[in-house]
Amino acid sequence: MDFLNALVLLANFVLIPAISYGSQLALGALGITLIFAILRFSHFAHGDVMAFGTAGVILTTWALQAAGVSLGPLPTALLALPVGIVASAAILLAADRSVYRFYRKVKAKPIVVVMASLGVMFVVNGLVRFVIGPNDQNFADGARFLFTVREFRDATGLAEGMGIRISQVITVVVTAIVVAALFWFLNRTRTGKSMRAFSDNEDLALLSGINPERVVTVTWLIVAVLVTMAGTLYGLDKSFKAFTYFQLLLPMFAAAILGGMGNPVGAVVGAFVIALSEVGVTYAFRKFLEYLLPDGMAPEGLVQLLSTDYKFAVSFVLLVVVLLVRPTGLFKGQTQ
Amino acid sequence: MNLRNVILFAIMAALLVLVGFLQSPSVAMGMVNMCLISAIMALGVNIQWGYAGLFSVGTMGFVALGGLAVVLTSMPPVHEAWSAGGLGVLGALAIGVLTIVAAVQAWKRVPAGLGRMGALLVILVVGFVAYRAVLDPAVDAIEGTNTAVAGYLGGMGLPVLLSWVTAMGLAAGVAWVIGKVSLGLRSDYLAIATLGIAEVIIAVLKNEDWLSRGVRNVNGLPRPVPYEVALQTNPTFLSWAEWLGLGATEASSLFVKACYALLFAIVLAIIMWLSERAWKSPWGRMMRAIRDNETSAKAMGKDVKARHLQVFILGAAVCGLAGAMLVTLDGLLTPGSYQPLRFTFLIWVMVIVGGSGNNWGSVLGGFLIWFLWVQVEPIGLWLIGLLTASMPEDSGLRAHLIDSAAHVRLMTMGVILLLVLRFAPKGLIPEK
Amino acid sequence: MFDAATDPVLIGEGMTGGYGAADILHNCTISVNRGEIAVIVGPNGAGKSTAMKAVFGMLNLRQGHVRLMGEDITALSPQARVSKGMGFVPQTHNIFPTMTVEENLEMGAFIREGDFRETLEQVYDLFPILRQKRRQAAGELSGGQRQQVAVGRALMTKPAVLMLDEPTAGVSPIVMDELFDRIIEIARTGVSILMVEQNARQALDIAHKGFVLVQGANRFTDTGQALLADPEVRRSFLGG
Ligand SMILES: Nc1ncnc2c1ncn2[C@@H]1O[C@H](COP(=O)(O)OP(=O)(O)O)[C@@H](O)[C@H]1O
Ligand SMILES: [Mg+2]
Repeated sequence: MDFLNALVLLANFVLIPAISYGSQLALGALGITLIFAILRFSHFAHGDVMAFGTAGVILTTWALQAAGVSLGPLPTALLALPVGIVASAAILLAADRSVYRFYRKVKAKPIVVVMASLGVMFVVNGLVRFVIGPNDQNFADGARFLFTVREFRDATGLAEGMGIRISQVITVVVTAIVVAALFWFLNRTRTGKSMRAFSDNEDLALLSGINPERVVTVTWLIVAVLVTMAGTLYGLDKSFKAFTYFQLLLPMFAAAILGGMGNPVGAVVGAFVIALSEVGVTYAFRKFLEYLLPDGMAPEGLVQLLSTDYKFAVSFVLLVVVLLVRPTGLFKGQTQ
Repeated sequence: MNLRNVILFAIMAALLVLVGFLQSPSVAMGMVNMCLISAIMALGVNIQWGYAGLFSVGTMGFVALGGLAVVLTSMPPVHEAWSAGGLGVLGALAIGVLTIVAAVQAWKRVPAGLGRMGALLVILVVGFVAYRAVLDPAVDAIEGTNTAVAGYLGGMGLPVLLSWVTAMGLAAGVAWVIGKVSLGLRSDYLAIATLGIAEVIIAVLKNEDWLSRGVRNVNGLPRPVPYEVALQTNPTFLSWAEWLGLGATEASSLFVKACYALLFAIVLAIIMWLSERAWKSPWGRMMRAIRDNETSAKAMGKDVKARHLQVFILGAAVCGLAGAMLVTLDGLLTPGSYQPLRFTFLIWVMVIVGGSGNNWGSVLGGFLIWFLWVQVEPIGLWLIGLLTASMPEDSGLRAHLIDSAAHVRLMTMGVILLLVLRFAPKGLIPEK
Repeated sequence: MFDAATDPVLIGEGMTGGYGAADILHNCTISVNRGEIAVIVGPNGAGKSTAMKAVFGMLNLRQGHVRLMGEDITALSPQARVSKGMGFVPQTHNIFPTMTVEENLEMGAFIREGDFRETLEQVYDLFPILRQKRRQAAGELSGGQRQQVAVGRALMTKPAVLMLDEPTAGVSPIVMDELFDRIIEIARTGVSILMVEQNARQALDIAHKGFVLVQGANRFTDTGQALLADPEVRRSFLGG
């Protein structure tokens, strides 16, 4: 039995990837949950707006790279983030003014707004493909690793190693900062509190003189930040592809619903649950078990519960289980 | 049908005829075929949405299942594969079903608490391990047989038209399971859940090679209509073609497409007739009553969930049928080609634009939106050609724009959907 | 024009209107004088809440107008009326349930510029229990405490007129007496109070003026005591 090696193995292939993927999902799910809390509809264009903001970041990164600008060991994309945020804020606000506001005014049923967001999804999806194409784009630069598997092995003398990529470190750090800032904003500032009030009781918020249009605008701006960060971090960690971002809709929604729609803490927790399950269920545990089990008892197969192609099935199953067992999510979300 | 609707359909027909003259009769006929299939898909979605207000975005999943049904029904069985692992797969599936049944029973019978959780966990883990232990070797054996052309179990070798019926059955069966778990959720949760299930179905088709050959596709599906090559060597046909003044290739292609069109039109007519009858029946009235006011329908003693399940299954079956027709037309199953934008959301655009809750509207929407989906691309290309005409030949931007013209149609569909939702939410042919 | 001594601070005059095509209110008039308590009573569904909403601008009136201190405010939005010195505690959904008590009160003061600590302290002095529970989510409080939060929230703008829709609905008799005491106390500070009450007897007892509404129209209007003494009112609306 070799506990340490098993742990390192698990960390390298499950924990570290899951934490960084979970962070990216968390940022995305926070956006979904905020939109649901304030505007009360499921934002189907989320994945595509994420791709749009990221496309902005990528194009700017390329321009910066061409101009010889770099952040040294850090990816240039960090410098380009503001441009991406402005781009996604622009498209979100444009969609709000030209599409969603009307339905707000006529107090349309949520499902109608969801359909409108499908229309927005089409438009943004086409826009992204038009601007940057449907193919994989890699825009990561700077140093690749904080330390590599080999360095770790050499330093510790263990048989197994674990590597940490710079993109993973950045993902976790940026997510921690953004989430902390968001919670500070929601709980401590006047505007943040007015958003919570609006989410809690829209009519009473109006009676209290809270301006709904302002709340909505601020929400979209925050969503723009979250979504661009999420997309950029995901792209740095893996790669950018319009369709992949569209597909992220499912795990992001699953995270938001799992945590309780409209509940920001829930969205973050839900994101990590989804990410850990997704990575864990699709990881082949054979080597891990070899370390833990006595000799001769090691399993024959890969001990992989599902092939990686089924990772979306994991989000789906978790989603359905939660909806059946506890429809308000782990943390109590909005039900109306 | 009032005059306005007749005119709308006439315009649509004129557009298709125009394509026949401007492009070629064969292109137009090909388009008609896809329009017919789209119309049936739209009818399927309309049954779920227009009749009952179910916001299901899992259409792609049912369409793909219909495609799978064609393979499973009409391809000849691969005997080697069956003897290598057929029993194993069947056994594994049986274990899988038993596990789920046992889990459901445990959930129902054991009182809530740790005991139930424990029982469930044991059942699921044991069942899963047994399932994999039986399935994995069988799958390896099947996929190892004659990989280049088979590597899967094949089908039942039945006539391909029969697969259109099995497609409905397969889609309906899966819809029953999905409906059992996801109906009754609030409307947008149902959307997310069905979006998820569609992705899962596609993942199964792509990865379970023993079943569908996965991304290696299944080619050479049997056809319900003659082959072009056969026609081109048939003297009677050739004399007809000559009489019509068409070349042999053009004439044979046109004839084959026309045969398909006839088949599809018959199916559409049957579905349409049944849908209209259902719409006007007391059942249809009850569905609408539930759709318009679920609470009061419940209060009046209607079993809303059961009715929703019914209508969900019916709609899914129709989508499955359309999926089978599509694969039959193509003559091959390509699991990699199922994309939600094309097979779910585009169908939704058809229904909304045509007029949700109106079967004629869905048909018109299916025709019109498919027509635009196909034609917007060349139009976009042409427009971009105009725009970039003044740019230098070797301009990178120009090349990029021309490359990207294809994506204009996504934007166009989005804009059309938004405009209709906003300014004509009842669609081209409103519900009566 | 406006005579503070004799004219009502707030009056909804000849109000006719409803939520959709059908009118709920028919030429209905409601008013309250400075520092006084006016009470609206009537059977369920009589349109009492609707009348309150109409006065607060949450309903489009087809006829009639609303005047605050002589000024016609019929066209103003509810928010604008809050700025003009009106406060409203709706019958239901009158707190922000996931926010703390103190945050609820802060939201009440949202449109105020500058420091509102003093008002906050006044509300806490009026409802000491709220000071104790200031960090607790309002949705977790008992019914009576929630009503206190709701009233406190409306007081945060230092309104000249406070409108309460059934502030004692669903609370125990002891808490109800307590709430009535607080309301009298608020009125003593010069705030005019217009409230709807189910418990007509107690409410009319403390009311300077009472309105009995039936089917969206005024049936009786008099001082609280006179209404209590009126045999017909007693028979039809006070259960004998
Ligand atoms: N939001 C609304 N939309 C439509 N009708 C309403 C609404 N609220 C109340 N009503 C109707 O208006 C009438 C008066 O209701 P309400 O003012 O709440 O009565 P009260 O407060 O005196 O019990 C009732 O017939 C009720 O059904
Ligand atoms: Mg009332």
